[in-house]
Amino acid sequence: MTTPETAGEIEQKLERWLEAEFTRLPIEPLALAIAALPATERSFAMDWVRRTATVNPHVAYMVARHVPQMLEHTDSRTVEAWIMQAVDACDRDGLKAALDVLRDPQRFVRLGRERAAGAVFDDIAGILRNFIRGLSGRELRLESGDVAWTDGETLYLPPVIAEMESAADNFVLGKLTVTLLWAQTRFGTFRADVAEQCRRYPDPERAQQLFHALETLRLEACIGRELQGLAREMARLRKVGGGDTADEPSWAAFAATLAAADATVEDTLRLLDAAYAVSAAAEMPPWAGEMRPERVAERMAARIAREKMLLKVKLNDLLEDRQQAPRPDALPPEIELRTVASEVMELPRFEIAIDGAPVPVPENVRQLLTSIQLDLGEIPPDYLQAAGPGEYDPKLIKPEGKDPGNVWQGTYHEEGATFFPEWDYGRSHYRKNWCVMRSREVAPVDDDFVAGVLRRYAGHARQLRRTFEAMRDADRRDKRQVEGDDVDFDALVESIAEHHAGQEWNDRVLTRLHRSERDIAALFLIDMSGSTLGWINEAERAALILLCEAFEALGDRYAIYGFSGMTRKKCEIFRIKRFDEPYDAAVRGRISGIRPQDYTRMGFAIRHATDLLLQIEAKTRLMITLSDGKPDDYNDNYRGQYGIEDTRRALLEATRAGIRPFCITLDLEARDYLPHLYGAARYTVVDDVAKLPYKVADIYRRLTI
Amino acid sequence: MQDVELISPQLAIVDAEPYYQVVGDEVSLFESSYRNCLPVLLKGPTGCGKTRFVEYMAWKLKRPLVTVACHDDLTAADLVGRYLIVGGQTVWMDGPLAAAVRAGAICYLDEVVEARKDTMVVIHPLADSRRVLPIEKRGELVHAPEGFMLVISYNPGYQSVLKELKQSTRQRFVAFEFDYPDPELEAAIVARETGIGADLAARLVKFAAMTRNLKGSGLDEGASTRLLVHAGKLIADGVTPVAACRAAIAQAVTDEPEMLAAIHELSSSVF
Repeated sequence: MTTPETAGEIEQKLERWLEAEFTRLPIEPLALAIAALPATERSFAMDWVRRTATVNPHVAYMVARHVPQMLEHTDSRTVEAWIMQAVDACDRDGLKAALDVLRDPQRFVRLGRERAAGAVFDDIAGILRNFIRGLSGRELRLESGDVAWTDGETLYLPPVIAEMESAADNFVLGKLTVTLLWAQTRFGTFRADVAEQCRRYPDPERAQQLFHALETLRLEACIGRELQGLAREMARLRKVGGGDTADEPSWAAFAATLAAADATVEDTLRLLDAAYAVSAAAEMPPWAGEMRPERVAERMAARIAREKMLLKVKLNDLLEDRQQAPRPDALPPEIELRTVASEVMELPRFEIAIDGAPVPVPENVRQLLTSIQLDLGEIPPDYLQAAGPGEYDPKLIKPEGKDPGNVWQGTYHEEGATFFPEWDYGRSHYRKNWCVMRSREVAPVDDDFVAGVLRRYAGHARQLRRTFEAMRDADRRDKRQVEGDDVDFDALVESIAEHHAGQEWNDRVLTRLHRSERDIAALFLIDMSGSTLGWINEAERAALILLCEAFEALGDRYAIYGFSGMTRKKCEIFRIKRFDEPYDAAVRGRISGIRPQDYTRMGFAIRHATDLLLQIEAKTRLMITLSDGKPDDYNDNYRGQYGIEDTRRALLEATRAGIRPFCITLDLEARDYLPHLYGAARYTVVDDVAKLPYKVADIYRRLTI
Repeated sequence: MQDVELISPQLAIVDAEPYYQVVGDEVSLFESSYRNCLPVLLKGPTGCGKTRFVEYMAWKLKRPLVTVACHDDLTAADLVGRYLIVGGQTVWMDGPLAAAVRAGAICYLDEVVEARKDTMVVIHPLADSRRVLPIEKRGELVHAPEGFMLVISYNPGYQSVLKELKQSTRQRFVAFEFDYPDPELEAAIVARETGIGADLAARLVKFAAMTRNLKGSGLDEGASTRLLVHAGKLIADGVTPVAACRAAIAQAVTDEPEMLAAIHELSSSVF
């Protein structure tokens, strides 16, 4: 900024950004306050007002109101963090949540100071996720929640852990907290109906709190036996924190009882009476978290039913795998399960025998058995009868596998979807978990489309096959090599002759096998937006058929996915061909079944394709988008600059991950924006839809020779 | 020309009994395969004792042992042999497989899927009832004597489609599956191999199980028995358990910082 703006100029800008005409927000005092700031702070404030105005004028208004004062006490980083928290809250829970954050900047600043050394969930979650997965027992998820608690399947940690002085100790506290929550699932805390037991007392809440404290003592002892290192850290943090639950003599006695190696949750419940009599409230260690027995019970009931069925189905699979002659007595095969206690490992090992013959226990069955064992403490005998066909409700065993197509009907929810961030250029920041993506499969259509295409383009297909076959990097024998595995006799004879004639010895006398090194994986992203209806759709499908034919001759690995979306809540990826799928009738049917859907929201598709490509091991990874126009979406600000910038971001992310994006488009105006997205040489405009089938394979050829 | 010391395939005689903890019936199966001139395929994750088993069996059967660690550039010529040019003359030199066949040794091709596909051409005729090794370049057919035995190993855990053994190959072999031993046995092995106490060995095994739980969610393989032995040796030498686990196990199984940190947290929890 060259000349300092006057209050008047600032006021004008604010009026425009905050849409003062409609919102009737009082601008003048804001402008005066901002104008009074020193130049750098003024531009900082204005920049953030402008950026947050793209979220909502009221958010921007609060920012403009508070930033000048905040800058007097705190640094700009804290202010930024405050704004980001508000904007995230707005994305997540709406305007009211954002305004709640914005109304009380002092609170944020105060917390911020405390949190300077805090462990932020996003920073520690990756490590802790692997940490709990490494511990034995059921596979647990880790999510951010309001407080630390678990429902028995997911562990929740607060967004920031800041009880300790130093960042390192806060991380340790986070680790101890997840370990304790893990211990609740691992050492059978919820095998008892805690809620029911606590209801017997006059003050159930107090009873539950005391139970929690007692149970924590028991679990700490369990952890101490299993994980000595953690027990040491607990002792250390207790000193740092100064608190100790076992101050009172009666609590010390409880702790001693519960430290017995065979103490179970029943022992904890037995002590509850005594604890209820002596204590009004118990002091908790900082890693105790909260206990929500009702939520646990809910989850557990569903899980037990599901896992019982699932185990039966899996056992049935095991039986079928054996494919043995039926027993002469026509009785069902007998499944025997032995749990082998281990001295080294705490969890028992499972061995399964069918009709007396031991069979290997597949990993998923083992996990299932472990989970059941954790819930019930044993595997009940009636669990071991394999399910016959039709004996179970498939819905029970596939809780996650809801038909994505039905998700939009009826009650709306985001279960089972994948979330992707989106780049908001206005605020120069990502919107976290913004796009809700679901993967669907194109319904295959068995018509004569494929045959028709192959007939219509027969000559072209033949030629494509020939060209692509020629591109195959064949193995060949290189002659006259210094190193190699065989003698090149022509060269040797020559070399000896020359040597006799007095020339220097030529040591290029070996042959060596050159190996094909064409190691390319290509993913095609097909625009399935509504605008492709008609001609374009048909041309796309024809192009894909020819492309696949060419790929079969070439041998590169390739996958095809379609994408479409309607608002950020309904982003869809359509699987047409996975990398590991052969080009068979099903794939042809799906290509034939590609139908235009909704809009062209592109960012999530590129991000998803990036993830898919990164799972493939290849020297060169190509992502080729086939599209007919700009990124676009329904009734959303995705149209225009926003969509273009998000797409550009997604492409940058892909490029950074080592993927080479390329775009084939039918949009004649593409030259206006594609260079900005892909760079000057990374796109091709096909100006005639009819030519598309001819062009796509050829473009790929040029890309990869 | 001066005398050149030629590289010759090693026909190692296993003199001292290698330590091998028998897990099941693998020894009698192997002996039976040997008596019946059947080739053997050992499956299993890395570092679970396949190579040690072959050494042990070579010692037990009193056969020389030729071990070839296969790599993705290993060709049939590397196995069979090649002509070298010495002073303007070509001299034939047997490769390790040819040498093993001639000597009636046990030839162990470790991680055979890594080798180039053309190696199968020489492996197939050796692995069925013909038991011959064609040496094309010399026009020679070497018949394997009774003592010769072909052993190959591979790790089915690699998920790459390129590293799968073809049916035509695998169906020639008697296949043994190896896995990490049961925890008690593994602890005993670690204690025996390293000299650390039973308690420490049990903790190492417990830690290994934790890393094996991570397989598939960021780790390709958990800590193998071999790595536990490495860590145990470091510990026996005075390195603290946490440092030993970090150097010998965590760093060996992954490079990824977040995973390293998680594994480190696990090891410092156990010890």
